[in-house]
Amino acid sequence: MSRIANCFEQLSSTGRKALIPFITAGDPAPAHTVGFMHAMVEAGADIIELGVPFSDPMADGPVIQLACERSLAAGTSLSGVLKMVAEFRQSNSDTPVVLMGYLNPIEAMGYEVFADRCVEVGVDGVLLVDLPPEESGDVAPLFRERHLDLVFLLAPTTSEERVALIAKAGSGYLYYVSLKGVTGAATLDVDSVQAKVDTIRKHTKLPVGVGFGIKDADSAKAVSAVADGVVVGSALVQRIADNQGRPEVISGQLQEVLSAMRQAMDAH
Amino acid sequence: MSDLPDFSSVPDERGHFGIYGGRFVSETLMGALSELEEIYARLKDDAKFRADFDYDLAHYVGRPSPLYFAERLTEKVGGAQIWLKREDLNHTGAHKINNTIGQALLAKHTGKTRVIAETGAGQHGVATATVAARLGMKCVVYMGADDVERQKLNVFRMKLLGAEVVPVTSGSRTLKDAMNEAMRDWVTNVDDTFYIIGTVAGPHPYPMLVRDFQCVIGREARAQSLAQADKLPDALVACVGGGSNAIGLFHPFLNDESVSMYGVEAAGDGIETGRHAAPLAAGRPGVLHGNRTYLMETDDGQIIETHSVSAGLDYPGVGPEHAWLKDTGRVNYVSVTDTEALNAFRELTRVEGIMPALESSHAVAYAEKLAREMPKDKMIVVNLSGRGDKDIHTVASLDHIEV
Repeated sequence: MSRIANCFEQLSSTGRKALIPFITAGDPAPAHTVGFMHAMVEAGADIIELGVPFSDPMADGPVIQLACERSLAAGTSLSGVLKMVAEFRQSNSDTPVVLMGYLNPIEAMGYEVFADRCVEVGVDGVLLVDLPPEESGDVAPLFRERHLDLVFLLAPTTSEERVALIAKAGSGYLYYVSLKGVTGAATLDVDSVQAKVDTIRKHTKLPVGVGFGIKDADSAKAVSAVADGVVVGSALVQRIADNQGRPEVISGQLQEVLSAMRQAMDAH
Repeated sequence: MSDLPDFSSVPDERGHFGIYGGRFVSETLMGALSELEEIYARLKDDAKFRADFDYDLAHYVGRPSPLYFAERLTEKVGGAQIWLKREDLNHTGAHKINNTIGQALLAKHTGKTRVIAETGAGQHGVATATVAARLGMKCVVYMGADDVERQKLNVFRMKLLGAEVVPVTSGSRTLKDAMNEAMRDWVTNVDDTFYIIGTVAGPHPYPMLVRDFQCVIGREARAQSLAQADKLPDALVACVGGGSNAIGLFHPFLNDESVSMYGVEAAGDGIETGRHAAPLAAGRPGVLHGNRTYLMETDDGQIIETHSVSAGLDYPGVGPEHAWLKDTGRVNYVSVTDTEALNAFRELTRVEGIMPALESSHAVAYAEKLAREMPKDKMIVVNLSGRGDKDIHTVASLDHIEV
């Protein structure tokens, strides 16, 4: 069983939901990322989504755009991100790591080389924002052969017909984007999230994570009541932005945000 | 039979031109793109839609645009005849309006009430603000902050037309960043907003439908050549940023084997300096802004900042059909430096009394080179895609003159 499937199964057996933090790898500098990852696991993270920085993050709001700029300015490359995962795996063999980003850096490396490297370093899944299932014909088989999960997005605008298509194409979990907009945008509406998640569940047994608009313990708790996982990104990345140059402060603040979410999500 | 590929076969049903094109966008936009594709498929051969489009082109844009024999320039250059397809004489001063008229008609059919656009030189922004004013639609135009500065005149025109112009300060502060920001707006406001893309790039069906709307240029030029010169041109020349004016001119001639074609990219300070905007000359295939195409990128797949004196060519990608045409060998892609383009700008202005846009000046510059190498009985048609009034500040500041 893959690390991701195993993670969701264990959570499910204890009646808990996955807490899935996102940070941009290499932000504010490549040397700090692995430390942040360990800190987040200590604070209760179940799966880590690690952003691969891109020069043109079209689906991201200003917070993650700036994180990409900081990371690239500090010299982060896709190879560097893979090395970070390898280093993380030296002392953590359980927590799934999903790389999230845009297609072009992966295409530049070469899909097969990338897939091989993912397996070598211990990446569990890949989520490519600008790769819908229709365009994934070259990539998906390479990942499938290597038991790498390909995580797809679902949106409020996704028709039920497409929900069925994406549920079939995806593996690991499905990521429901809770609102129309970029990352870090307004607050989500839990009732409409619930309605959509119900529709998604009609078509799949895969766990459903929900992200975009989750800012604090209250929103994390509300979403965890209707989903299998809660993704939090911009709220964490903002803490990194506010404390550049003080990595120990950043670790503490990431833990503070995540611990509060963890407690709220686990309380009944 | 010839060895030419079947040019009518692209794009395929999923928007692919060979390995290029496609629909690489976040899930939120997939529904809106399918809707646009369906509406366009239904309307493109609809008699009423065609008639509305043709009516607007004739009575609002002022088409057909003339095909003008630049006799004095031809004499001065001393080679093949140089003819200019006068898209600069269109309403709003460039070819961009052909496309915005078409997309505005589509927008009306979707029932959406707000249009957005990205713009580089501001010509597409002006053309979008113009159709929005005419339809009473709200209009927001995204423009790189550097371009807002170098194209002040067009910024003010857009504002007079009632559009909101949003300067984009992220990244390289030019056209690519304006397109990122327009995509972010669209993903947020997809329910009520129609995105009028200005060039033959972006996710399917944009490269196809923008091409179809711009093909009026080549259809007219073909008929005018036959009527005025009693033959087809021997060569076509057009500048290529995203490439909409070039594809508009080239496409109706693709099956005419005797017609050679030259797409002119911006070489900026020179291809060898790295400071240019010529992905077909010096880039490689990758994925950006919804399509696979030639891009200027680092080995790590990060997009490189471009440079051109012309804001409309200052873009690291190019329409996917051009990428495909390059690989098929049907079109030659060449490049012209800032200095060469500025010289052509001055020469055409002084010799013919026609002030070309800096974008179009690239095409003029290459046509002059080409004409010198061709005999006097040959005929070159240059797409004079826009007029140069908007560039007066740029040219004046290069001459250290305050306007």
